Amino acid sequence: MALTADRERSYLWQDGTVRSWLLTTDHKRIALLYMASITVFFILGGIGAALIRMQLVMPTGAILSDETYGRMFTMHGIVMVWLFLVPSIPVTLGNFLVPLMLGARDLAFPRLNLISWYLFVMAGLLVVYGLFRGGLETGWTFYTPLSTDYTQGRVLPVVAGVFLSGFSSIATGLNFIISIHQLRASGMTWYRLPLMLWALYATSVIFVLATPVLSITLVLLAFEHFFRVGVFDPTLGGDPLLFQHLFWFYSHPAVYIMILPGMGVVSEVVSTFCHKQVFGYRFVAWSSISIAAIGFLVWGHHMFVAGTSLYAAVVFSMLSFLVSVPSAIKVFNWLGTMHGGAIRLDAPMLYAMGFIGLFTVGGLTGLFLASLASDVHLTQTYFVVAHFHYIMVGGMVSAYFAGLHYWWPKITGRMYPEMWGRTAAALLFFGFNLTFFPQFLLGYEGMPRRYATYPAQFQVLNVLSSAGASILALAYILPLIYFAWSLLRGARATDNPWQATGLEWRTSSPPPTENFVHPPVVTHDAYDYAALDQANIAARQEVPHA
Amino acid sequence: MPDHITPYDTALHRDESAVSGMWLFLASEILLFGGLFLIVLVYSHTHAAGWNAGVRHTSLMIGSINTVVLLSSSAVFTLAVEAARTGDRRRIIHAGLGAAGLGMVFLMLKSWEWHLEFEEHLFPGTNFSISGPNDGGAQLFYSFYFISTALHGLHMLVGIGLILWICDRTRRQTGREISTIPVDIVGLYWSFVDLVWIVLFPVLYLIGRN
Repeated sequence: MALTADRERSYLWQDGTVRSWLLTTDHKRIALLYMASITVFFILGGIGAALIRMQLVMPTGAILSDETYGRMFTMHGIVMVWLFLVPSIPVTLGNFLVPLMLGARDLAFPRLNLISWYLFVMAGLLVVYGLFRGGLETGWTFYTPLSTDYTQGRVLPVVAGVFLSGFSSIATGLNFIISIHQLRASGMTWYRLPLMLWALYATSVIFVLATPVLSITLVLLAFEHFFRVGVFDPTLGGDPLLFQHLFWFYSHPAVYIMILPGMGVVSEVVSTFCHKQVFGYRFVAWSSISIAAIGFLVWGHHMFVAGTSLYAAVVFSMLSFLVSVPSAIKVFNWLGTMHGGAIRLDAPMLYAMGFIGLFTVGGLTGLFLASLASDVHLTQTYFVVAHFHYIMVGGMVSAYFAGLHYWWPKITGRMYPEMWGRTAAALLFFGFNLTFFPQFLLGYEGMPRRYATYPAQFQVLNVLSSAGASILALAYILPLIYFAWSLLRGARATDNPWQATGLEWRTSSPPPTENFVHPPVVTHDAYDYAALDQANIAARQEVPHA
Repeated sequence: MPDHITPYDTALHRDESAVSGMWLFLASEILLFGGLFLIVLVYSHTHAAGWNAGVRHTSLMIGSINTVVLLSSSAVFTLAVEAARTGDRRRIIHAGLGAAGLGMVFLMLKSWEWHLEFEEHLFPGTNFSISGPNDGGAQLFYSFYFISTALHGLHMLVGIGLILWICDRTRRQTGREISTIPVDIVGLYWSFVDLVWIVLFPVLYLIGRN
C-alpha cells in the first residue's frame, strides 16, 4: 500500500537520470557514488594482494619478477590505503548517516560534498594511470631518496593522485565537523549523539589537521622528483629523515582515520544486537577524541631504527603505549555492553564480534612494536605486516562489512539474505586468521617484508597464508553477489528492521530525499531501548487488529 | 536540481555555518604551511652558514616593497568588509578592485624578482651560482624559497579571483539586500594570505642576513 508511494518519494527513485545522479548534492546519493568508486578500488587492490600471495607460494617466487613484485605490493598498498581504507567508512556510511543521525536534511555544505567526490575520482584516475603506465616500486610510503632520485617508476601521477585525494578528505572532514556542530536536531545534545558520530567527528579532526601536512610533503617530494634537487636531497646535505617525520606526522594519525570510523560502527551494531545501552557511553565517546588527540603525538615509533635519538624514541614509545589505553577502553566497554545483553547473532553482529577479536590481537601486537627492544627485532618483518593487517583488514574491513549489512536495509530498502551474510562473516574471520596469523610467526622467525623470494624454511607458513587468502577472497566476493541479488530480489525492509534507536531508523527505508517528512525532535538519550520498547507497545495498542 | 535541498532553516544559520567552515579551512591551511616551515626550523640550524648565504642573496628591496603592498591590500579590503555592513555597494566594488589591484602588483613584483633570480642562477641545480663549502645549504634555502613563494603566489591568485568574484556579484545583485557573509569569508582568506607572508618575509629576507 504505502510502499509504492514511499518508493516514489525515496531518494533512490525520485529522478532516475544519469545526469541527476552525477550532479546530485544529496548526501545519500553521493554516498552511493562513493560506494561504487571505492568498490572498484577495493577489487583493484585485492587483485594486487592475490598476485602477491600467489607469488609467495614458492620460495623462489612463482609468477612475478622481483621488480614486478615490488610494483605489485606498492600498487596493493597505495590503492588499499589511499583509495579504499582512508575514505571507506566516512565517505560511504558516514556520508549517508551523518545527516540522518543528526536529524538534518543534508550535510552543511552539500555542493562541497559533491566536489569532494569528483576530486576523489580524479585522484583515483591519476593513481590508476600511473600504476598502469608502469607503476612504481617505492611502497606506499614513498620514502626519499628512493622516490626522488633512484626510482624508475611513475612517481609523479601517483603522488599527484594521492595529493588530490587528500583534498577530498579535507572537504569531507570539514563538512562533517561543521554539520555536527551546526545541524543537530532539536533536543540532540552532544551527549545524545550516537557514538558513530563521535567517532566520525574525531576522524574528521584528523582529516582536517593532518592531511595538509601530507599534502605539503607530497608537494616537496614532487618538486624534488621533477627538478632532481630539493629539500630532502642528501647530496645537498638535505635530510631524508625529515621526509619520514613529515610523512608519518600524517600517516600515523591516518592509521586512526582507518580505525576510528570502524569503532563507531561497532558501537552502533553491538548496542543494537544486544538491545542494550552502550556501557559507559561517555567513556566510549571521549576515547574517540583522545585517540585522535594522542594519535598526533606517536609518529616517531615508525622510525625507531631509522637513527632517531634514544631519548626521542623513549618518549615516542611511552606515548604509543598511552594511545592503547582509549582503544582498550572501547574494547572493554563493548564487552561490558554484551555482558548480560540479549545477543542476536545476525550478520552485522558476527562481523562486529570478529572486529573486536581481531582488533584486540592487532592492538596488542602493536605494543610489541611500540616497545623499543622488541621493535628492533621485529621491524621490517612480516610481524609488522600481520600487525597492521589485523587492524586494517581484521578491524576496518570487518567493520565496513558490519556497517554495510547493518544499514543495507536503510540504504536500499531491501534485506540481504541473512544466511549468506552469516556465512560470509564466518569466512572472513577464518580466512583472515589463516592468512595473517602465520605472518606473525614468519615475522618472529625473521622473514623480512617486501622481498619477492624467501628461504625455503618459511614455505609451509607462506602456503598456509596463501590458502587463507583464497578463503578471504571468497568472503569478499560473496557479499558482492548477494548484495547485487538483494537489490533486485531481496525482501522489502521495514523502517526499523533491527529495532534500533538511532534517528535514521525513524524515517522510511529508503529515506525520502529530504530525509524526514517532519523534522525530528529528540527526547531521549542515544540507545534508550526502554523508550523504544514503550513506544512500540503503545503503537501496537493504538492499531486495531488488521 | 530536484534534490538540491538546503539543510538550513534560516539565512543566519547558513551564514554562521559558512563562516565557521572558513575558520576550520584556515586551520587546515595553517598545517599545510606549518609542514613547510618545519623545513626552515631544521635547516636554518643544521645548515646555518649555507642557509644564511642564501638569505643574503634575496632582494630585500623588492621583498620590503611587496610587504607594504600586501599589507595595504589587506587594509583596503577591510574597507569592503565595512562597506558591506553599511550596504554601500559602490564602496565594496571600489575597495575590492583596489585590494585585487594591489595583489596583482605584488605578484608582478614577485615574478620580476623570480626572473632576476633565474638570471643569477639561483635556482637549485647544476648551474647554481653560489659556490663554496656551504653551497648545499644555500641550495636547500633556494629550494624552500621557490616552493614557498610559489605556494604563496598560488594562494594570492585564488584570493584575487575570490575578490573579483565578490565585486562581480555585488555589481549584479542590485536591488536585493547585500549579504555581508561572502565578503567576510573572502576577507578572512585574504588576511590569512597576508599572515603567511608576514611569516615568510622575515624567514626569506631578514633572519640570518647580517
